[in-house]
Amino acid sequence: MFDREFFALGTLDCLSYRDSPIHRIDPRAQVTASLIYVTAVVSFPRYEVLRLLPLSFFPLLVLVLGDIPFRFVAKKILLVSPFALFIGIFNPLLDRAPAFSLFGVTVTAGWVSFASIMVKFTLTVSTALLLVATTSFPGICEALERMGFPRAFVTQLLFLYRFLFVLAEEAMRMVRARENRSFGGRGREWRKTVPLFGTLLVRSFDRAERVYHAMLSRGFQGKVTSLRTFRFSGADLLFLLGVAGGTLLLRFVDFPLIVGRWVLGG
Amino acid sequence: MHMADALLSPAVGGLFWAGSAGTLAYSAGKIKEASDEKLVPLMGVMGAFVFAAQMINFTIPGTGSSGHFAGGMLLAILLGPYPAFLVMASVLTVQALFFADGGLLALGANIWNMAFYPCFVAYPLIYRPLVKKKMTPGRITAAAIAASVVSLELGALSVVIETLLSGITDLTFGTFLLLMLPVHLAIGLVEGLVTAGIVNFVRAQRPEVLEHEEGEGKRKSFPVRGLVLTFLVLAILTGGILSWYASEYPDGLEWSIEKVTGKTELEAPEKGVHAIFQKVQEKTALLPDYSLPPGREGASAATSPETSEKVGTSLSGVVGSLIVLAAVVLSAGAVKIVRRKRSGRAEGG
Repeated sequence: MFDREFFALGTLDCLSYRDSPIHRIDPRAQVTASLIYVTAVVSFPRYEVLRLLPLSFFPLLVLVLGDIPFRFVAKKILLVSPFALFIGIFNPLLDRAPAFSLFGVTVTAGWVSFASIMVKFTLTVSTALLLVATTSFPGICEALERMGFPRAFVTQLLFLYRFLFVLAEEAMRMVRARENRSFGGRGREWRKTVPLFGTLLVRSFDRAERVYHAMLSRGFQGKVTSLRTFRFSGADLLFLLGVAGGTLLLRFVDFPLIVGRWVLGG
Repeated sequence: MHMADALLSPAVGGLFWAGSAGTLAYSAGKIKEASDEKLVPLMGVMGAFVFAAQMINFTIPGTGSSGHFAGGMLLAILLGPYPAFLVMASVLTVQALFFADGGLLALGANIWNMAFYPCFVAYPLIYRPLVKKKMTPGRITAAAIAASVVSLELGALSVVIETLLSGITDLTFGTFLLLMLPVHLAIGLVEGLVTAGIVNFVRAQRPEVLEHEEGEGKRKSFPVRGLVLTFLVLAILTGGILSWYASEYPDGLEWSIEKVTGKTELEAPEKGVHAIFQKVQEKTALLPDYSLPPGREGASAATSPETSEKVGTSLSGVVGSLIVLAAVVLSAGAVKIVRRKRSGRAEGG
């Protein structure tokens, strides 16, 4: 199962190097817009469902303009949903006060707050996924550094990302070798797996040593430098203001109610 | 164990972001002080190792189900608390972004729950004292298990507190704790066994890696003052948040406040910063009172005019939000079709 996760990581990495209007937005604008959006989404009261729905405009905007496959994002969201589902499902069990009835079926307040959690979950998780799908990881790191994160942390993120694919392949080779030499579940006991971890770790140490010497001979002085320059253009500002403005408008104005009243003539 | 954005309120998410960001800046400063260039690639590789190790499944003793390994405690033992905190934070950031574990707002809470406790509580206060006198495989095993269990339980406790403070769940403190603690006791035991196994393996194969652990006096003792200071700041911040919430929680948290202060409610000062904040809060409603769904109180008297008005309001809400949702989805679809046509033409021409 984790192999598949790992390939999904590769897919996200590939997606982030595409070219689209969203991909061209400055990473700082994207990170800031995403943070504002997520904060606004979770700030809705616990029984709010309807007013959250129009907020799907932002993930959909990024999805469409960034040309990101919908099914890929949907699958990833389903994959990580168990924890929120596990906590949320207690609300309908515990909060049985009737909230409203629809076509003769009484819906309890617990189900309303559960629905609210799941809608919030979908919106926030898709925002995080779409952020990496439309911004290269080095771009995000650069944005974080310019937004005041410690340089040591940003360097650490960059290194982690570079080694990730190499070590993951190493681990997969070891797992394959274990599967070839064992039958059924044998060889998977934790006692027999620990030396596997240990070997991987020792190999990783050696690799770090080699990489360090290679970097020294190429003039490494403690930080990763990039030739890429960032410019915060008018389009970036427009994107940021548009997303932030739209989000805040939907947060503080009950837009669905106004439209509904207008349609029903109430 | 990963908190999700959807389970947090902005205030709680922001509070833990502040705590984690502060610890991150402090740790980064400590690493800079040490100015050990060799540490940079080693930390990067160790972070990647935690990911790679998660791809190797093993059978959990007794149950037959398979688990994988989280790594916070191992990082603290191999690298020391400050680098380990940075590495664990980077691992959690990549998980939040690429695996959608947790989320952007919950990242602060996740770093706190899964990096702060192993690095700054369990390692210096449990693991180090236990192996300080003599390092034998047996002692290492016992210490690693104790430290892993404690850090995982503290993390689980944090998840409970964060969720309850956010006012998302109807679970009571006790029930929630009963759900979380036993599971994490089991996870902590397995994590500790595996951590100890790896440390002992590395110690046999590459003793020089753990040199800093063996050498007494080589390593400066852990600054307890910094730890106390952090907790103090956190306690004050938590107190501030608690007083915000005190009036909103008629039952959930009152008992704990009562136990701490002897009163049922914290008295919020009428003037000063707090009053200003309260006004701002009332204006912006970012920390809203729970607005109950319309009709909840009057559901039994379904025929009263007041209720029918409420039903009318919620009907407009339903119709309106469906229309808006449809508009958003349709325009998204339209843009997609237009873009596809245009790109098709561009390729054709």
